[in-house]
Amino acid sequence: MNAWPLAGIAIVVLGFALRFNPLLVVVSAALVTGVLAGLDPIAVVEALGKAFNDNRYISVTWIILPVIGLLERYGLQQRARGLIEGMRGATMGRLLVAYLAFRQITSALGMKDIGGHPQAVRPLVAPMAEAAAVKTHGDLPDKARDEVKAMAAATDNVGLFFGEDIFFAIASILLIQGVFEAAGYPLTPLQLSVWAIPSALCAFAIHGGRILAFDRRLGSARP
Amino acid sequence: MITYEWLYALAGAAFAGWALLSLREQRWGNAAFWGLLAASFFAGSHLSDFANGVLVLALVAIAGFGGVRRSNPPTTSPEQRAAHAARLGNRLFAPALVVPVTAVAGTLLYNYTPLGGTGLLEARRETLILFGLGVVAALAGAMVWLRAPLLAPAQEGRRLIDSIGWAAILPQMLAALGAVFAIAGVGEIIGALAGAIIPEGSVLLTVVVFAAGMAAFTMIMGNAFAAFPVMAAAIGIPLLVEAYGGNPAVIGAVGMLAGFCGTVLTPMAANFNIVPAALLELQDQNAVIRQQVGTAVPLWVCNVVIIYLGAFVLWN
Repeated sequence: MNAWPLAGIAIVVLGFALRFNPLLVVVSAALVTGVLAGLDPIAVVEALGKAFNDNRYISVTWIILPVIGLLERYGLQQRARGLIEGMRGATMGRLLVAYLAFRQITSALGMKDIGGHPQAVRPLVAPMAEAAAVKTHGDLPDKARDEVKAMAAATDNVGLFFGEDIFFAIASILLIQGVFEAAGYPLTPLQLSVWAIPSALCAFAIHGGRILAFDRRLGSARP
Repeated sequence: MITYEWLYALAGAAFAGWALLSLREQRWGNAAFWGLLAASFFAGSHLSDFANGVLVLALVAIAGFGGVRRSNPPTTSPEQRAAHAARLGNRLFAPALVVPVTAVAGTLLYNYTPLGGTGLLEARRETLILFGLGVVAALAGAMVWLRAPLLAPAQEGRRLIDSIGWAAILPQMLAALGAVFAIAGVGEIIGALAGAIIPEGSVLLTVVVFAAGMAAFTMIMGNAFAAFPVMAAAIGIPLLVEAYGGNPAVIGAVGMLAGFCGTVLTPMAANFNIVPAALLELQDQNAVIRQQVGTAVPLWVCNVVIIYLGAFVLWN
């Protein structure tokens, strides 16, 4: 077996570790992997170009930025903070746990496009979490503020990943079904998606617990 | 019929607008980067694979040498924003909600009513197309309501896209890397290696290697979808299902979720881990991953236990 194409993986790991520009790392890895697998360099460039072109739909989502930017111009983030400041008993912990549950449940019902980083986390969830943290713990240093915002983004990810597979008509469930069917094990999407429920409950317990612990730690870090 | 090509034209227009505004400020790197991306959206379907490949290399060259920088388009001050927010109140949330509601409600309506029979939208592409329609509707509504300057959406959008910078196309580039890995047979090699280190006869250890392989390969590829067929073919189906008689539904479903634990640990899953760090303007590019480690590791252990109990102990 020719194991040389794995050199591309080594380039990715090293490149990220050494903090080279990730785009440079990724394209170098692609070129090296293709050539070591015995492809002609021109063919590798063609494969890269075709795959980049076929995946343009991934970058289409940036068309939402003018909407978000325009609303930010008129105070969307300030309003999101204001909403939290006016709410009695709103803490960062409770807010993010509620968002985790919301994100898991809506994803489980197939509504995974309701959250997301550009449309929900940046304009709404992160400023709300930051406002709630400041409300309970007083002014926070920039490092702690960054941690709160990063936790808001992490909560969106965990909620999505460990909610979406409960919905049976989602790409990952269909992929599992396809792979097992090709191997002679016909399964229904529903048979698969019920087995996403135990992991979803574990995810809620673990991440929810960590959010609350993080909130307490922010409090105890204050003099 | 509305197809992806319409969306690509819309995205092309957005990137072209950002390129022109950058050009006006003599930000050559940004202008060239967003301009090339606009060209890809407008003309990519008509270019040869090689021309698209050269376009990719040019994009990477500009970004790799620090050509894409942050910008300061004209916007409102924090004081003005606070005043606007006080005046406009919670109605400000409405346009932001139009987009997801259009995408979600539209998809449900399109799939579960006779509307789907009209063939108005490209088959199986309706959610993203409806997302695009939602963006257009939200933007038009907000412009009329707020009476914003005509260039404001383009300038505000540029403020955000320039803060994301090159990371904006990293997810798409990683998808392209995945395609090259697939052509080069990287998956088969990893599968063969993982298959070779399996200890004979231990169900639990085989489950551990399967779940660890899913997580590790997902971290390398940035995507559990690339890892799943490989690990299922190397370990999941031949060993766990056929040799040890495990429940295929549990092995498939929870195996994928073990892979998702890897997704939240890797910069390769750029749109979930790196892009938000840029969007939130965090100092540390890996700040989001750092917050996820403490969840992903115990959750991976839970998934191993769930596979072991659900597919073997309770099944047999």
